Amino acid sequence: MTLLALLVVTALAIVWLRDLFAAVMVAGIYGLLSASFFVSMDAVDVAFTEAAVGAGVFPLLMLAALAITGRYEDTRHKRQLSSLVLVLVTGAMLIVATWDMPPFGAADAPAHQHLAVRYIQDSPQEVGIPNMVTSVLASYRGYDTLGEVAVVFTAVVGVLCLLSLGRGTTQSSGPAAMQGHVVLRVVGKILIPLILLFALYVQFHGEYGPGGGFQAGVIFAAGIILYTMLFGLDSTRRVVKPTLLRVLAALGLLLYGSVGVVSLVAGGNFLDYSVLAGDPVAGQHLGILVIELGVGVTVAAAMILIFYAFADRGGDGGA
Amino acid sequence: MMALAIGYLSQLSLLLGIVLIFSGALGVLRFPDFYTRIHAAGVTETLAAGLILVGLMLEAGWTLAFLKLAMIFVFVMITSPTATHALTKAAVHGGLKPLEREPGKPWPAPPGRDGNR
Repeated sequence: MTLLALLVVTALAIVWLRDLFAAVMVAGIYGLLSASFFVSMDAVDVAFTEAAVGAGVFPLLMLAALAITGRYEDTRHKRQLSSLVLVLVTGAMLIVATWDMPPFGAADAPAHQHLAVRYIQDSPQEVGIPNMVTSVLASYRGYDTLGEVAVVFTAVVGVLCLLSLGRGTTQSSGPAAMQGHVVLRVVGKILIPLILLFALYVQFHGEYGPGGGFQAGVIFAAGIILYTMLFGLDSTRRVVKPTLLRVLAALGLLLYGSVGVVSLVAGGNFLDYSVLAGDPVAGQHLGILVIELGVGVTVAAAMILIFYAFADRGGDGGA
Repeated sequence: MMALAIGYLSQLSLLLGIVLIFSGALGVLRFPDFYTRIHAAGVTETLAAGLILVGLMLEAGWTLAFLKLAMIFVFVMITSPTATHALTKAAVHGGLKPLEREPGKPWPAPPGRDGNR
C-alpha cells in the first residue's frame, strides 16, 4: 500500500516538474519503486528486468534524449481542455472496469483456476526445470515470447530508421574525454568484466532461479554502456561494431523462429520442444536453452544499438 | 554461547545500520550545501548498507546465502564510494562552488532556501 502511494506521488511529480532533468531522475525512482513493488508481489523475474531497465537504462536514454531536446519543458503550449477530458474519461472507464474484477488474491478468481493449476501441476513432469516462470514463459507460452522478441526487434529497427547511426569519427571527444577520471576508469575496468560475466550467469541460470534472456540482455547492454561512458563512444564502436550488432539483433530473433521450424520439421507443432531430442524433457531443456539464447542476444544488441543511436545524436559521444 | 554472541553482534550491527540510514536521510534533507548533502548520502550508501549486510551475514551462518551476501558486500563497498565520487566530480565539473564563509562574517543563506524552511 505504501509502495503504491509512493508510486502515485512519484508519477504526479514527473508530470508536474518543469525541469526535465529532475523529471528523469524521478522516473528512475519510479523504476526502483516499481521493482520493489514487483518483489513484494513475489514476481522476482519481472522485478529483475524492471530494476535493470527502469532504473538503469531508461533514465540514461532519457538523459541522452535531453541532450537533443533541451532541459526545460516548453511552456508555450496552451492548456488543452479536450486532452484533459479525454484522459479523465479514459481513466474513469478503467477504474470502473476494475470494479468488476475479483478481489486481489482471491482463491476462486478465474486467473487461479483453469490454466494456472494445470501449469503448476504438470510443469515439473513435462518441462522439469525448477523455475516455473521460465517454463511458462519459454515453453508453454513460447509463442507469446516470440512476439515479445519481435517487438524488441521492431523497436530497434524503428529507432535506427529515425536516428540513424552516424560515422562516429567527427564529433565525439575521443579517448581524451575521460583521462582525468582515474578512479572511475580503474573501478570500471574492475567491474565491467564482472558485469558481463554476471550477465552470462543470469542468462544460463534462468532455469534455476530468477533470470533468463531478457534480464541477461539488459545487464550485458548495461555493461557495454558503462564502458561507453568511461572510455568514449569511439573506443566502444571499435570494440562492439554497429554492423555486428545489427546482424546479432536479427540473428537472435531468427534463432528463436528457427527452433520453431525445426520442431515442425521434426514432426511436432511449431515451438513444441518435446520433439527436439529423444527424451521429451531433454527436448524441453534444449529448446528453452536455445530460445533464451536468442532472446538474450537480440535484447543485448537492441539495447546497445538504441544507446549508440541516442548517444550519437547528442553530439557528445556520451562521454 | 558463541551463537548468542553472534546473535547480539548481528543485532548491534543492524541497529547501527538503521541509525546511520536515519541520520543519512536527515542529513540529505537538512544540510545546507550540495557537498555536505552528498556526504550524508554517501555515508548511508556505503557504511549503513555495509553494516546491514554484515548483520545479515552473521545471521546467515555458513550457507550459500552467506557467500551471496559477502559478494554483495564487496560490490557495495566498491561501487558506492565510486558513485559518490562520480557525483561530486560532476558537481565540480559543472562549476558548483561549496558554501563558504569569510571569517568573522555570518554564513550566507543556502541556495534555494530563502527562509521558507
